[in-house]
Amino acid sequence: MSKRKPYVRSMDGWWKKNPFFVEYVIHESTALFVLAYAVTLLVGLIRLGQGEAAWNGWLAALQSPGALVFHLALLVAIAYHAYTWFKIMPITLPPIRVGGEKLSPCAIITGGLVAAAVASLGLIVLVWRIAA
Amino acid sequence: MSEQKFIEIEVLRYKPESDEAPHSEVYKVPFTDDMSVLQGAQYIKDNFDGSLTYRWSCRMAICGSCGMMINGVPKLSCETFIRDYYPNRITIEALAHFPIEKDLVVDLSGFIEKLESVQPYIIPAEKRSLDQGEYIQTPAQVQDYMQFTSCINCTLCYAACPQFGLNPDFIGPGAMALLHRYNMDSRDGGAEQRMELVASEEGVFNCSAVGYCSEVCPKHVDPANAVNINKTNAAKDYFLRFLSPKGGAK
Repeated sequence: MSKRKPYVRSMDGWWKKNPFFVEYVIHESTALFVLAYAVTLLVGLIRLGQGEAAWNGWLAALQSPGALVFHLALLVAIAYHAYTWFKIMPITLPPIRVGGEKLSPCAIITGGLVAAAVASLGLIVLVWRIAA
Repeated sequence: MSEQKFIEIEVLRYKPESDEAPHSEVYKVPFTDDMSVLQGAQYIKDNFDGSLTYRWSCRMAICGSCGMMINGVPKLSCETFIRDYYPNRITIEALAHFPIEKDLVVDLSGFIEKLESVQPYIIPAEKRSLDQGEYIQTPAQVQDYMQFTSCINCTLCYAACPQFGLNPDFIGPGAMALLHRYNMDSRDGGAEQRMELVASEEGVFNCSAVGYCSEVCPKHVDPANAVNINKTNAAKDYFLRFLSPKGGAK
């Protein structure tokens, strides 16, 4: 008779067992902040549809200290989300060859981060000029 | 002569014939600076308990047999040195996410079945006779799949993949890297046959891009890249079927 009795270990709390997994869960969780900001903007859109008073109320609410702290937290979390998003980009892209040589993961990450920074700055400048 | 150094090695032991669950045992092992963790295990087997069970063969990171969790990280024990942990304790455990057969030996039968399922051989696009001569491949074409040929089936990537731990049916990083190796080979025409598996319930969409598999791979195969490129391939295949139906889709 076989003495085999393979033992299957529990996966309970798997993400706490390795710092790599803890970081993974943290960066995946920052997606909730992206969602929170999307909801904030959506509320703004709804308020705009409700007329000038509602819109001005929404704008005033954004200037409260609580809203500023909330937006600061959003900025930090979304910046981290963007950073980790580009950090895993090399594993998600097919090989990119430049002059026969495969583009290094470092070049892909840097390229992504620079593109994100330029796009963000461009957007800020554009919005600033429209507002002014 | 320098003083003999000792290190504590804590081993997760499991004897299927008598144990209900694994338990830890600690051994105080004398070591020299050139000793690997595998040699530490061998010292335990030779001097403390001959029943300690583990797999090993080449001692030079080629055979892929001696993988284990070393302080919670999947590593080949033959290329991991005791000196790097001293004076702290080393804990060794069978590779995570696989059923433990005995002590440090895991049940790899599921992995072997997955390897077979990816059809890891060249499936020629059209039948070719001997007098047509050899296949011609340019260095650039070789580069397309070369890194994926380096896999030694050590399964460290599976021990690094929580999605495999949560769903043991997931085809997993190692087998997908091998599948991709053949899909990328200019001599191969089997990508379409393999697509059914890539896009299946067990396929690439189990992956949530944790990326730890590529981090622990001792051969820099980057299995996460193979899995993620095939997500794109599967999505393309799915949508392009609407434009040019191939029939036989399941």
